[in-house]
Amino acid sequence: MSNTTSNAIEVRDAVKRYGDFTALKRISLSIKDNEFFTLLGPSGCGKTTLLRMIAGFEDVTEGAIFLYGDEIENLPPHQRPVNTVFQNYALFPHMTILDNVAFGLEMRGKSKDQARSRAGEMLELVQLSQFAARKPSQLSGGQQQRVALARALAPQPKVLLLDEPLSALDLKLRKAMQLELKHLQRETGITFIFVTHDQEEALTMSDRIAVMSAGEMQQLGGPKDIYEKPRNMFVADFIGETNLLEVSVDGINNGRAVCHLGGGHELTCDAVDGVGVGSHVHMSVRPERLYMSDKPVETESLKGRIKENIFVGTDITTIVDLEDGPEFVVRTSNSDRGNKRIFEPGAEMYVNMELGAARLLVD
Amino acid sequence: MAAGAASGGSATTDTYKESRFWLLLPAWVVLGIFVLAPVMMMLIYSFLTKEFRGGVIWELSFAAYDQFFCDRGLFGDEPCTIEWTYIQIFWRSIWQAGAATLLSLAIGFPTAYFIATRPESQRPLWVFLITIPYWVNLLIRTVSMKFLLRDQGPLNDALIGIGLLDSPLHIVNTNFAVQLGLFYSYLPFMVLPIYAAVERYNFALSEAAADLYATKWTTLRRILLPAVKPGVIAGCILVFVPSMGSFLAPDLLGGAKNFMIGSLIEEQFKGNAGNWPFGAAASMILLTMVLIILLIFARQQAKAEKEA
Repeated sequence: MSNTTSNAIEVRDAVKRYGDFTALKRISLSIKDNEFFTLLGPSGCGKTTLLRMIAGFEDVTEGAIFLYGDEIENLPPHQRPVNTVFQNYALFPHMTILDNVAFGLEMRGKSKDQARSRAGEMLELVQLSQFAARKPSQLSGGQQQRVALARALAPQPKVLLLDEPLSALDLKLRKAMQLELKHLQRETGITFIFVTHDQEEALTMSDRIAVMSAGEMQQLGGPKDIYEKPRNMFVADFIGETNLLEVSVDGINNGRAVCHLGGGHELTCDAVDGVGVGSHVHMSVRPERLYMSDKPVETESLKGRIKENIFVGTDITTIVDLEDGPEFVVRTSNSDRGNKRIFEPGAEMYVNMELGAARLLVD
Repeated sequence: MAAGAASGGSATTDTYKESRFWLLLPAWVVLGIFVLAPVMMMLIYSFLTKEFRGGVIWELSFAAYDQFFCDRGLFGDEPCTIEWTYIQIFWRSIWQAGAATLLSLAIGFPTAYFIATRPESQRPLWVFLITIPYWVNLLIRTVSMKFLLRDQGPLNDALIGIGLLDSPLHIVNTNFAVQLGLFYSYLPFMVLPIYAAVERYNFALSEAAADLYATKWTTLRRILLPAVKPGVIAGCILVFVPSMGSFLAPDLLGGAKNFMIGSLIEEQFKGNAGNWPFGAAASMILLTMVLIILLIFARQQAKAEKEA
């Protein structure tokens, strides 16, 4: 066996099939000790299936899963030292909050008193001590969420699995819980594997993100990598907002690719493995990396005309028509209005971007 | 229904009260005719004097209850000592009905669980299959059971045939035969409420328990059973109560020694040998007993709930 002990979880060539349908197509990934790792993707991408395979609720059709070097894919869930925070919390409705949290400890052989006193400490950690004697139905969604978290953390699992735990909360609570979760992960030092379809949530909390789609891993990397250097169309489109442009690569010099946008417009950007001269691919440019001026400023300036300005609170979104070319969305932060220009609709201007703002995508 | 017009009273609560009265009326009429009236008739009959060829004489008498509880010797002129005959029959009825209920639970719970865990599209079919035998008349089913279980019946033939037994097992005319008969008579009443409860059960709770290191057995005991308890209780009541008063299974499968309260009552109203007031009194006592048992049960449930 190769050395896998440094990884909290290693998934090796995992395949999951339901009859003819393949939910996971040979996934391999390693999750490091102490990491906040996120599986991100739209519904049906296989992220929850993968999480449930690690927890033991789904068996593995092919492949292996290691937990700190121990092969676990054939163990039943109750023998795996991992705990799960379920999407709808799955709190035991007939037990008090305290007994819910104590359940896992009791099952691990602690006496009822020991389990309850440790459960009490866990409830303090999530600031719910005063609700210990209540039933789950008497708590709000956010409180139930914290109970579920305390219950899963109480037996000190080696890895904590979180299955879209925040999706049932309203926006404000969700934002607060995101930070709370991140802090809890740092405090406890437990490896978190977090499943979500919300890209913002993933970017906020994760050390690393695996972007998944249609049972395949599309990209694996830190939040910044994923956002700024999306590998393919799917990732660029799924994470954040972007201008997706069809381009043809005219030439590659010194690691820089010259791309033709149509209508005579040209852009240079970093060449990417797998995209050669003559290929027709897509390019991604984030709207906030663009700015407007009345004269060309950078080497990468494109002439266009303002179509529309849309005020969206923190930002102004401007839609620009390039002459005979594609449309661009430019986002200007409201706090930048002193430095960056906003033009009236119909005005002619230039759209500028710094080097590296445009990114070629492997389709 | 002609309930809408609120004459005089303009407040909506008046309209509400009035329409509530009219809307509830059909239920009250049905309950009155089919529940209250028969029970009242029984109650009144139990305090009348018996007519020797069946029927009653309209004269107040406590003879029926006296006969049930008091032993007054061969000639009926001694002071009252406790009459054990009928109390024994009662006790046997409770015991038999209880055993049949446990048997139904033991078979019915796994069956209900099985159905509830099939894919949703298959469940109606399984429920349908469970109920099919009950389209056949209860009498015919019970008689068939007797044929199946008797000494030269298919069950014993098969057991001897595969070498498990040397001589036939005597099942008919035992307590066990009655329990089997009752169990078979009322099994769907156990399966259906439990099925309904398990179907509503959130199986993520079982996953959560397994995730928190509970074995399957612990999960069943600590998580699933408490969650489906109302269905289990309903099933037990629906099997226990009719089993208590049943007379077909004890008559046909139990023989003379395994008399139950239902048969005792039945005999009082049959032919010329009957004693209507005594049958009515036994019915009233049965009704009271069942109510008391259910009340004790409900009390204990409420108490257990409070402690938990």
